[in-house]
Amino acid sequence: MGLSRRDWVFGSIGGAAWADVLAAAQHAHESAEARPTARLAVLDRATAADVEALAEQILPSGDGPGAREVGVIWFIDRALQTFDSDRRADYRDGMAEVRRVRVKLFPGSASVAALSDEQQKQLVRSIETTAFFGLLRQHTVLGFLGHPKYGGNRGQAGWKHIGFESRMAFEHPFGYYDARGRE
Amino acid sequence: MSGPRFRHDEAVDFLVIGVGAAGGVMVKELSAAGYSVVGLEQGPYLRENDYSHDEIKYYFRPGLTNDPKTQPMLYRRGEKDPFKPFKAVEYGRQVGGGSVHFTGNYWRFHESDFHERSLFGEIPGTGFADWPIRYADLEPYYAKAERELGVSGLSGANPFEAPRSGPYPLPPMPAKSSGVLFERAAKKLGLHPYPAPVAILSQPYRGRPACSNCGMCEAFGCEMRAKSSTLVSVIPEAEKTGRCEIRPGSYVRKIEVDARGRAAGAIYYDASRREIFQRAKVVVVCANGAETPRLLLMSKSNRFPQGLANSNGLVGKYLMWDLGCFTCGLFEHPLNEYKGIQVTRLIHDYYRADPKRGFYGGGGIDARFDFQPASFALDGLPPDVPKWGAEYKKALATYFTHTMGLLSHATSLAMEKNRVELDPDVKDAWGLPAMRVTYDAHPDDMKSLAWLQDREAEILDAAGARKIWRMPIDDYGTNRHLMGTCRMGTDPKQSVVNAFGRTHDAPNLFLVDGSNFVTSARQQPTATIQALAYRTAEHLAGAARRGELG
Repeated sequence: MGLSRRDWVFGSIGGAAWADVLAAAQHAHESAEARPTARLAVLDRATAADVEALAEQILPSGDGPGAREVGVIWFIDRALQTFDSDRRADYRDGMAEVRRVRVKLFPGSASVAALSDEQQKQLVRSIETTAFFGLLRQHTVLGFLGHPKYGGNRGQAGWKHIGFESRMAFEHPFGYYDARGRE
Repeated sequence: MSGPRFRHDEAVDFLVIGVGAAGGVMVKELSAAGYSVVGLEQGPYLRENDYSHDEIKYYFRPGLTNDPKTQPMLYRRGEKDPFKPFKAVEYGRQVGGGSVHFTGNYWRFHESDFHERSLFGEIPGTGFADWPIRYADLEPYYAKAERELGVSGLSGANPFEAPRSGPYPLPPMPAKSSGVLFERAAKKLGLHPYPAPVAILSQPYRGRPACSNCGMCEAFGCEMRAKSSTLVSVIPEAEKTGRCEIRPGSYVRKIEVDARGRAAGAIYYDASRREIFQRAKVVVVCANGAETPRLLLMSKSNRFPQGLANSNGLVGKYLMWDLGCFTCGLFEHPLNEYKGIQVTRLIHDYYRADPKRGFYGGGGIDARFDFQPASFALDGLPPDVPKWGAEYKKALATYFTHTMGLLSHATSLAMEKNRVELDPDVKDAWGLPAMRVTYDAHPDDMKSLAWLQDREAEILDAAGARKIWRMPIDDYGTNRHLMGTCRMGTDPKQSVVNAFGRTHDAPNLFLVDGSNFVTSARQQPTATIQALAYRTAEHLAGAARRGELG
């Protein structure tokens, strides 16, 4: 997981035993192997497209990949299939409410995904205080910044965006001030 | 996992319920003293390869803690509020318990903590009281815990610390950026910053490697075995004696008593939900400050209809909470606080309660980040940053690497109304009564938090923060430092156990964990829990040797 051979061959860690770092890194690497993209298991395609459009409004592309490119929708679908299976009803009810708000705001519109960017923003502004939006925001963030093994954060793009590296070992100094503190 | 297999129907010398921070110490000390020991642990027996750098699993899901889906829990703040489902109490649920996933902060209590009631005076409406022991009684066991488990720190660096019989066995971890900024600012303000004492190895120690600075301490298990959990330090030594059997997946439902009113053993469900009665000469409960009282309350019998050790009705009462306050600061240059251990510098200047402030309270303040990527994105940003959209995403790219926080560890006054009870209706996945929790902080604790948060902001300002934002203090969140509930004391009418953790009701039943605490000190209870465990273990071995435990 983000720890290349170069990192541990050329690094040097004070008292950490190399065999231990290596074993831990190898284990982490194996558990992070990418999975082939599966078909959607819980959400239907139309709903998934709408959820994805909302997720993209939360973390849009530009200034690096956004929710769509890192695979947030795959994360959400998998979460609803596995550890958050008891939130399916929240999505069903939440997206039904989104639909009602959308139709009221934009009569005759076909879907969230089909709205213009400005219309989508207007829609989000009118649901941003709801419990469902809180859930969707949490899932979007987890899909953007959670471990890639859950189907999101593809290519660790979310981690790269915020400047996070997942490694089994780091060397001092870590930042500007501890580096300066040593001078 | 290795060692003997004891028969259920023959009494082992000691049955330890809960093999965590205290229970791990207990099984090691008692088996090394020559006694047969069975340790029952409700959680699994994990190894380094079972852990991962998976924030979702450990921050957002109960990867190493109790799961409300199988162990439902209810909470209310006030007596008149309805109980609602909420994970009010969180504890480590595996062999090694909370010492596996804790942050590693390892503070000894101050001398004043043990007799603070005498020093400060009465606080009406509370159970504020002195401990039946003094710091000097516990000092040798703090020293032993630091040595046996492996603690890094610098003795003499904190001018407020209690006297020590010797140095830490390992030198302190180096300061990270938060530590450097904090130290500089605190000194500027005339305060006394010092290297954090942590149960994390700064150098190889007793066959374990030093910390590799991966940054995944708090809430995670350590793949390096550098965090000094009981799982990687003393439990393997217990198993090497050939007299200790650890049984993971063992969910205890009742402590049985015999006709004389003595503990006879415990009934538990094994991993395949088979009901087993393990007999024992002595029962030691180390199930934590919430599960220990729950088990006693579930252990009703004709002789003890209110639950075991509960003749005075105090089991579960005087629960204390890990109250704290947190303030963040944004800095000009990158800190990369996600790397390395959580805390490298702290102060105890504001630790002692000062009547001149007009309220009881005080706390230690440490420099830390306290977030991982997703938790920061959800809860770490200042309130003026939008919650979604391009500005939100842009802020994440700057703030994640440029932010640090100051966390105060503060007081929680003991009050009888704050308690753990059995819910009359809700059952867990084993059909046992769910835990329900009532807790509301004392007004002085809240005043103390507000006061400490002002100190945090002062220090961040002195450190040159470009922007400072305070996290709300009125939400107590989830309690992870489980203290009180079976308090120790000399008066059997006012306490549940004596100074050695022996219950006033049953002479061969001992409780050793955070439930013993009379006061909360300033949080960070693990060192004291483990010192109490070493002290009681020595007492038990001595009593057993003299044939006093039957």
